[in-house]
Amino acid sequence: MRRPFEVTLWVACGATLLFLVLPLAAIFLRIPPVELFRQLGDEAAVDAIVVSLKTSAIAHVVILVVGTPAAYLLATRRFRGRSTVLTLIELPLVLPPAVAGLALLATFGQRGLLGDTLDALGVQVSFTQVAVVLAVIFVASPFYLRQAIAAFEAVDPHLTDASRTLGVGPFGTFRRVALPLARGGLGAGSTLAFARGLGEFGATIMFAGSLQGLTQTLPLMIYAQLDQDFDVALAVGALLVVMSFVILLVAKLSRPWTGSVSILLTRSDRSASS
Amino acid sequence: MDRLRLDLAHPLRSFGLELALDVGGEAVALAGPSGAGKTSVLRAVAGLLRPERGRVVLGAEVWLDTDRGVDLAPEDRSVGLVFQDHALFPHLTVAENVGFSGRARVEELLQRFRIAHLAGARPTELSGGERQRVALARSLARDPKVLLLDEPTASLDAHTRAAVRLELRDLLHEIDIPTLLVTHDFEDAAALAARVGVLVDGRLVQIGSPTDLVRAPADPFVASFTGGNLLAGRARRGDGGLTEVALDAGGLLFSTDAIDGRVGAVVHPWEVSVAREMPADSALNHVTAPIAALVPTGNRVRVRVGPLTAEVTAASVERLGLRPGEIVIATFKATATRLVPLA
Repeated sequence: MRRPFEVTLWVACGATLLFLVLPLAAIFLRIPPVELFRQLGDEAAVDAIVVSLKTSAIAHVVILVVGTPAAYLLATRRFRGRSTVLTLIELPLVLPPAVAGLALLATFGQRGLLGDTLDALGVQVSFTQVAVVLAVIFVASPFYLRQAIAAFEAVDPHLTDASRTLGVGPFGTFRRVALPLARGGLGAGSTLAFARGLGEFGATIMFAGSLQGLTQTLPLMIYAQLDQDFDVALAVGALLVVMSFVILLVAKLSRPWTGSVSILLTRSDRSASS
Repeated sequence: MDRLRLDLAHPLRSFGLELALDVGGEAVALAGPSGAGKTSVLRAVAGLLRPERGRVVLGAEVWLDTDRGVDLAPEDRSVGLVFQDHALFPHLTVAENVGFSGRARVEELLQRFRIAHLAGARPTELSGGERQRVALARSLARDPKVLLLDEPTASLDAHTRAAVRLELRDLLHEIDIPTLLVTHDFEDAAALAARVGVLVDGRLVQIGSPTDLVRAPADPFVASFTGGNLLAGRARRGDGGLTEVALDAGGLLFSTDAIDGRVGAVVHPWEVSVAREMPADSALNHVTAPIAALVPTGNRVRVRVGPLTAEVTAASVERLGLRPGEIVIATFKATATRLVPLA
């Protein structure tokens, strides 16, 4: 009985690997690498790279600057409704991107909740670069928040207490004790959020549209080029594969104590890594 | 030196903590079973726990006064708190830990606590005794006006504990500031503190010198905490100033304490001698039973005889050839038998 079982395991594993890797390889195999690289010089591709990097960078700064203190509060205080807040924060993780786009339109769109207010201020949000940034923040920030909350929760409260009794105030304690000790988790969450934001498609196309040079990010550009120039689409696809691989590598290196591909499973590996 | 005065009331899980203390330039131990609220007292003094009602005053400085809405943050109270688990910062070196409060006496403290050679080490590389010294050095770097020690020897093995206890005793003699230490170990309390307060279910049942506690325990917990034997029974005053105690477990005891009713008879292990034959001496109390266990502690051996624990020298155990299971006679004097009222 043992041999057939063993064989089944290997076959299943081989099939899984083949199915996951073959499509990625296909991107690189259709045209030679040099040609692929040359296609990135295409005007639409360059525009998309600029838009993507700019919006991702801005969104990421906002996520880190606002998300880190928010996560610290949620990790270190106990109050009524805390678990509800935590659940609400995680909702965008499982929300279909189309719903996210719809929700953003319903809030910031011309006929949306804040539409009149924004109109009165003379601000147009939808179908601008601001909309791209908002869409990225909406879908990507929960990835960072979740990891950051878990990382801050894992900091022994005795250590922050000790810091206080040594004459260091709450902010100094945050900066000198909590932040360095949570660094690994914060780094992993930050990388994941960046990756998710870079790949954002659904919410962006609904809320920001796909205007070349303005709101057309790399994923949107691939979609737009499918009917026009498949080789350019492939080149941009290859670029995103490489970027994703680098991001994953960084995430794994920033948490050397996680043994397997478990950076998504913060909740369960928290106790193991603390 | 400023006196520390505290008066606290705070609800804990199953009882209320209520405690008033006035501590001068001395060490006061708070002893008691776990969960009695001892650590809560330290946290309230340090400002890490806000009691429901209370006052903490150091000299003329009011740290906490719930009636007047005063509650200084921990960083504004001049305390040194040594945590039971030491709470050393794992991402910093020994020197960085000691220098965390930003005072420039790091070098001097490292020398004084004999940890200069460990300056660059991380806390995880240290032994229990070394961690304790780092934690102490760190807590004193601020020149605190109050020192708080939470179970200073609990996380150490028996051998290190004795050494650390001696170091701590010397240190507490040197520094002349109010010190509160929490312990569940009477030997710690006796070695380190001039006064020992026994906290049971949030209340101070007795406070006094360690010898007072041993000589006249106010409560059965105090008696068992100080290491005495506690045998329950019913006392009846008899002739010639001798009280007769009929033990619940059977048998009779005599004591010179004049008391009637439900009592616990307290006998210290070092007052109990062990013999193979009934000794012809003046001691009135004898218990004949098999040896249940022989537990060496240092150069002494604790011999469990029936309901009693006797403490004798290792040499005596050797000379008498004592073995578990052998029937022996444990003897102690009526004058060494304290009677405490039982609830």
